[in-house]
Amino acid sequence: MTLKIYIPRDSGALALGAEKVARAVGAEIAGRDIDATVVRNGSRGLYWLEPMVEVETPAGRVAYGPVTADDVAGLFDAGLAEGGDHALCLGDPEAIPFLAKQTRLTFARCGITDPVSLADYEAHGGLGGLRNALAKTPLEIIEEVTESGLRGRGGAGFPTGIKWKTVHDTAGPQKYIVCNADEGDSGTFSDRMIMEGDPFVLVEGMTIAGVATGATKGYIYLRSEYPNAHRILNEAIDAARQAGILGKSVLGSQYAFDMEVRVGAGAYVCGEETALLDSLEGKRGQVRAKPPLPAHEGLFGRPTVINNVISLASVPIILDKGGAYYRDFGMGRSRGTIPIQITGNVKHGGLFEAAFGMTLGEIVDEIGGGTATGRPVRAVQVGGPLGAYFPRDLFDTPFDYEAFAAKDGLIGHAGIVVFDDTVDMLKQARFAMEFCAVESCGKCTPCRVGSTRGVEVLDRLRKGVAPEAQIEIVTDLCNTMKFGSLCALGGFTPYPVMSALTHFPEDFRPAPVREAAE
Amino acid sequence: MQHARTEIASAVQPIIERWKGEEGPLLPILNGIQRELGHVPRDSIPVIAEALNLTRAEVYGVVSFYHDYRDKPAGRHVLKLCRAEACQSMGGDAVAEKLQKLLGIAFHETSVDGAVTLEPVYCLGLCACAPSAMLDGEVIGRLDDAKAEEIAAEVRA
Repeated sequence: MTLKIYIPRDSGALALGAEKVARAVGAEIAGRDIDATVVRNGSRGLYWLEPMVEVETPAGRVAYGPVTADDVAGLFDAGLAEGGDHALCLGDPEAIPFLAKQTRLTFARCGITDPVSLADYEAHGGLGGLRNALAKTPLEIIEEVTESGLRGRGGAGFPTGIKWKTVHDTAGPQKYIVCNADEGDSGTFSDRMIMEGDPFVLVEGMTIAGVATGATKGYIYLRSEYPNAHRILNEAIDAARQAGILGKSVLGSQYAFDMEVRVGAGAYVCGEETALLDSLEGKRGQVRAKPPLPAHEGLFGRPTVINNVISLASVPIILDKGGAYYRDFGMGRSRGTIPIQITGNVKHGGLFEAAFGMTLGEIVDEIGGGTATGRPVRAVQVGGPLGAYFPRDLFDTPFDYEAFAAKDGLIGHAGIVVFDDTVDMLKQARFAMEFCAVESCGKCTPCRVGSTRGVEVLDRLRKGVAPEAQIEIVTDLCNTMKFGSLCALGGFTPYPVMSALTHFPEDFRPAPVREAAE
Repeated sequence: MQHARTEIASAVQPIIERWKGEEGPLLPILNGIQRELGHVPRDSIPVIAEALNLTRAEVYGVVSFYHDYRDKPAGRHVLKLCRAEACQSMGGDAVAEKLQKLLGIAFHETSVDGAVTLEPVYCLGLCACAPSAMLDGEVIGRLDDAKAEEIAAEVRA
């Protein structure tokens, strides 16, 4: 039987040399005349071990990592083809604690299957959700999603079932499913990973959404920074169309649904749903005032479901195993699992899917293993560039929408960026304002002007010009931005700024003024 | 000038034709032009505007809104360096300094020999292997001084 060797085609693995490794493995297979084939899988999300090469042996998979092209010949000498021992041998990948401790529902297949093989997808439980959905009425599908307690994983946490119900109940000659794949938050890559590692789960989730709401057309709005995900999604969509999953009759049913990928052009604000819709329509990506809600008047003024990648990718398992199965994971009003992305200055960086409820400290210290530099963890930013900076004092906060809100923070898209004790929190606060200024769509004044004034005020603070007055101004400015901005860009920029100021005040009261002496 | 304009129109026309009948065709057209020509020439704007029944101002407004669109050609190589928080936490600022020095240019600039354009990017989704960059569409993770020197040598070759 032909031996299967898995080498990821995930961007993270590619960034660490997976392509060179694949070429070297190909050369060894040919040179040693081994009956083997290379499968380009997704990543399991253990990035400190990437590129991670896996071999399928009679006793199960054996992993090696991190592998460089220079290691490959030695690995074959050590009997990689039989799962032989080597300094880089990790044994059964699923026994690695980082993976063993996870609850993989949405990412169940990611890193295991060939992302563009439909046969592989089905062999690992794919399409079960869609088949169940087609046996139900649209309202029964929506009931299942509502029952699961799934909330928008893009950051806002709005109940997905309610959104779908609104679109279902709104009449329109054309309805749309729009997938928000404009994953712009620093510290997040779960959308990228699932699109590159298991794109069919997104295709399946969007198709279920279409069947449930009466939408026949889907768009994935993908950021231009993800060209690799674009290639893989297109391959998957083509395969799904050829297999009759997409098209005039979804798996032979009376429902029609088709979809395509549209690529953005570099604008963070297009991750905001109404700016995204304007961008899809071919306009400047400017935020719309709500109401009307996109569910009533969305893309081209039609009823539109707009959901994040992970929300939609979580739907197939809910329809496959039932809403109750999914709901039974989690805590409080945060049900199911969340793919936490542990990033930045961290020893074990990667994707950790778990039920809601772990504490921030467990995630950073135990799962992440502390900093990569070996220095103490000083701050972590949770939820992207608009998320709050948390000090160690708040490490007992459980990962839950409401618990984070209670500590003046947010989960957002569940990215965590770890910083060691060399971080300068005034600099981070300034960056938050600067980023908002660069990315503001310009429609509302608090965001457009406030962000630039914020940079100026923090620069004066840095220079030591009347520091107490600057702190007062920036606090007041943040208040205006928080309550006066049209969307989360201006409205949430105060989170990183004010959390830095509140939890790390020592960084905002720099050494005695130099200028006074000059 | 007239010649250049005709040339642009003939390069742009097939891209417009491909997308004209689709919903929301403007971004796909602009993306196509930038991919084909390396930038969105000012002279392409009236051509697009006429084809889509928009004003030139509307098309220009869209072109100028998005960070990706360039109004002049880039260097032979385009290096996008991530400037966002996860990369900052792993010394991204120092690598950015180093690369600017090695390449002799600042962000948004193209080297005099036309070898390379340096652009900031806010997140490549490689936050667990920071700092990161993208050179001509290929991703690079865990940037350090040695990798920065390799990049500088590669773009000059």
